[in-house]
Amino acid sequence: MTAEQGVIYRVAGPVVTAIGISPRMYDVVHVGNEKLMGEVIKIVGDKTIIQVYEETSGVKPGEPVTNTGLPLVVELGPGLLTSVYDGIQRPLPVLREMMGDFIFRGATAPGLSRDVEWEFVPAVKAGDEVSAGQVLGTVQEGPMVHKIMVPPAVPKGKVEKVAEKGKYNVDKVIAVVDGRELTMVQKWPVRGPRPVAEKYMPDVPLITGLRVLDTMFPLAKGGAAAIPGAFGTGKTVTQQSLAKFSDAEIVVYIGCGERGNEMTEVLTEFPELTDPKTGESLMKRTVLIANTSNMPVAAREASVYTGMTIAEYFRDMGYNVALMADSTSRWAEAMREISSRLEEMPGEEGYPAYLAGRLSEFYERACRAKTLNGEDGSVTVIGAVSPPGGDLSEPVTQNTLRIVRVFWALDTKLRERRHFPTINWLTSYTMYGKDLAGWFKKNVSEDFIDQRTWAMQVLQKESELQEVVQMVGSDSLPDEQKMTLEVARMIREIFLQQNAYHPIDCYCPMERQYVMVKLIRKYSDLADKAIANGIAVDKIAYLPVRQRFNQAKYEEKIDEEMKAVGVDMEEQFKGLGV
Amino acid sequence: MAKVTKEYKTVSQIAGPLIFVKKTEPVGYQEMVAVRLSDGSVRRGQVLDSSDDLVVVQIFEGTTGIDRSASVRFLGEAMKMPVSRDMLGRVLSGAGEPIDGGAPIVPEKELGIEGAAINPWARDSPADFIETGISTIDGMNTLVRGQKLPIFSASGLPHNDIALQIARQAKVRGENEEFAVVFIAMGITNEEKQMFMKEFERTGALKSAVVFLNLADDPAVERIVTPRLGLTTAEYMAFELGMQVLVIMTDVTNYCEALRQVSAAREEVPGRRGYPGYMYTDLAQLYERAGRIKDKKGSITQIPILSMPGDDITHPIPDLSGYITEGQIVLSRELHRNGIYPPVNVSSSLSRLMNSGIGKGKTRDDHKAVSDQLYAAYAEGKDLRGLVAIVGKDSLSEKDRKYLDFADLFEDRIVRQGHDEDRSIEQTLDISWDILTELDEDQLTRIDRKYIEKYLPKK
Repeated sequence: MTAEQGVIYRVAGPVVTAIGISPRMYDVVHVGNEKLMGEVIKIVGDKTIIQVYEETSGVKPGEPVTNTGLPLVVELGPGLLTSVYDGIQRPLPVLREMMGDFIFRGATAPGLSRDVEWEFVPAVKAGDEVSAGQVLGTVQEGPMVHKIMVPPAVPKGKVEKVAEKGKYNVDKVIAVVDGRELTMVQKWPVRGPRPVAEKYMPDVPLITGLRVLDTMFPLAKGGAAAIPGAFGTGKTVTQQSLAKFSDAEIVVYIGCGERGNEMTEVLTEFPELTDPKTGESLMKRTVLIANTSNMPVAAREASVYTGMTIAEYFRDMGYNVALMADSTSRWAEAMREISSRLEEMPGEEGYPAYLAGRLSEFYERACRAKTLNGEDGSVTVIGAVSPPGGDLSEPVTQNTLRIVRVFWALDTKLRERRHFPTINWLTSYTMYGKDLAGWFKKNVSEDFIDQRTWAMQVLQKESELQEVVQMVGSDSLPDEQKMTLEVARMIREIFLQQNAYHPIDCYCPMERQYVMVKLIRKYSDLADKAIANGIAVDKIAYLPVRQRFNQAKYEEKIDEEMKAVGVDMEEQFKGLGV
Repeated sequence: MAKVTKEYKTVSQIAGPLIFVKKTEPVGYQEMVAVRLSDGSVRRGQVLDSSDDLVVVQIFEGTTGIDRSASVRFLGEAMKMPVSRDMLGRVLSGAGEPIDGGAPIVPEKELGIEGAAINPWARDSPADFIETGISTIDGMNTLVRGQKLPIFSASGLPHNDIALQIARQAKVRGENEEFAVVFIAMGITNEEKQMFMKEFERTGALKSAVVFLNLADDPAVERIVTPRLGLTTAEYMAFELGMQVLVIMTDVTNYCEALRQVSAAREEVPGRRGYPGYMYTDLAQLYERAGRIKDKKGSITQIPILSMPGDDITHPIPDLSGYITEGQIVLSRELHRNGIYPPVNVSSSLSRLMNSGIGKGKTRDDHKAVSDQLYAAYAEGKDLRGLVAIVGKDSLSEKDRKYLDFADLFEDRIVRQGHDEDRSIEQTLDISWDILTELDEDQLTRIDRKYIEKYLPKK
């Protein structure tokens, strides 16, 4: 395509107006003598309004503007994993090599390194008929198999030539389909979703190994969850647990407009985390995107789309991807800032009127689907919101909660009480309960839902009783209610609390979660009988087995131990005459 | 840079701090501007918006006295700050000119004042302790190199005294460390200026400090530039000269007011409470200049001071600041009324990076435990104060009475300290152990046995 040339008419901060080009909306343009990257966000008559991803200080009217004719794209191919990018897929380690510790403008670096050669193994042969999404071959990228697929836009055709098994860099042509040369890289415009063959109902849970999430507030694969991300609530630990233990094969983490020092923490800790599945660094199946609060605001706006597109690419290979966006509030603020520079009519609290639309477009890209090549893949989104002043009624939180169906309320008070994970069981919710019920019944137990409902009821009852206790003290409660408080405490201490750093307790499989709830319920049922027989609550609540139960989750042979607890329990209650 | 710069006499509109110039040759965004008035005096400004038809210039010294016959010259480059090691010990105006009567500064380098973002990949985690000599900060809300820890104050509270005390006492531990303070005053009154100057000279703190003074009657636009000049100086000293630099900025609220004023003059769409929608990014561009860089010796640590309008911590200024900074030190009007200086409310204060700056080899092995215990016992005592107001002291148990007394003792001995009292961290911890003896040993639930045996004074 011949590049179209125009000139700058006006410069005001990150917003530049150009004349002499007639681009399409969201085309990428290069602005000024330094060729700063920008994107067309408005067209008024012959004037084109551009948001520029870099500092514009010193840029003058009259300098050239080049229209690339292409929208903002990311490069997708081998080399994505372990990468650390800024909001527009420039690799930060490469930028540091190029220009030192600070990010100056005008630097370009390809998203994927051209120096690395990947061992390509073909999966098709000349003469085969292939269509979009089909796997042409594979590349081993760290612990993951990276599938090289026919890009979605390529029409069905015959393979004329395919490269032999061997080492190639990403620019090397590895297949020719109907005269079209294909390399290991494909480009995709970030603002639009990549196609799938069919979207599924969200009926498979993302298993995280965290009891409070899996049993109480499960999230579906391909679903979306929001966590309020105030600092000091244990957000980082929760995210790390999810990254480590959830049954998503790929993790995409977007640091969007957050603190530099916080990003450093993620950048230094992720490589040090060991992946329990492969024993290697977790970083080997992770892509990080870091656009801190002082980096250009337009790139911050783009960063969530960049991350989402990378996540979708891995989904298309048939992987389950967990995408974490921290924080979507900063992304919304970037939209607000750009909108106000465009002098658009503001909506609530100065946010643009299209805030809700953009948020839902983004979250709608989460899905579990049949990919073009017939495999099952998913992108699950966990978005942090940072409501100003902790006020959940502000527009970003409210619009997010209208879209996402899971809310994991991290709670500072629980952190102060050393209750981890700090997910509040009264204010959190999930709306996937019904959709996932079938899966739990089939894969865990017929009565799993019943057990969960029981546990939630006990916790709800506890919070009601607590109010009474605060006024009149616990002594004045009848025995059954005293026992309810004790059972609720068992649910909290044994079941909900989980030590992310303990080798055994850090991951709890579904079957075990079920066994644990059942055991607590057994205790409760036996206790009820004992109380009916007139035995004092103190005696029931402090049976020796309870102590054993408390410790059971830390035992090496945990499943045997749980069984033993059950046996002990029966015997000791028998001792009370039940 | 163009050798010959044209003068334009095409001012078409003047509004607030802005002048609008027509029919210019292409002018760069953020380019510096010199405006010559009819009386011959020259003012400086910066381009805010540049187009073929119209250039908008904001004038640093204000537009008073400018008329349409003023001639405007564009200088061809964005604002730069001349920096040099010799700046230590100097007092500069809010526009970066020496105002201490000394010689002009001979620059070693000229740096753009906007500052580039540190590549997140190049950042190093904050670590190592900075001693301020104030117990409530060092002991319980420890400041760490590379951190930004604001002080949330309010009008009528002695935050300026605290700022001065920190500027005077702050130091880093370890051999061969060069320490410097960059003190940035924004929108301070003439009285405050006198006080700052007198104190800096009296205590000799000036010799390792660079002081920027932007006064309340200086134009608002200059106030937006002042912290950028100061931070550029700090970056030079930290990352090129390898010093440990502490930047104290007071008062960020004045800065934000200036930001709002200029935004309104530019007729921008206002965000919350009339502050511009980009205030978060703008503040981040100041605060995020704190940090450490891998393989570099120096660091920038920031203590921004802001006064909360109407004591309201949810006001946009403290709220946005809190989302960028790593914790906050909150001052309390109640303690101040009770005559306690510095009136730090430890219960609502927090240093999020404290744990990476304390412990064995950095401060002392018992530091964390002691701090946790002080927090817990003080909170207990404060809760009981409420109860005592209702039921009276007599109905308390023996243990509760101890907590109650402890809270008073804590405020009197840990929180309260003299304006010139510079406590080392060891002194702070020793005083802490001393007041902890007032509690029974079984009340020391947060402290490991081994520390109790090692440090608790025998009665």
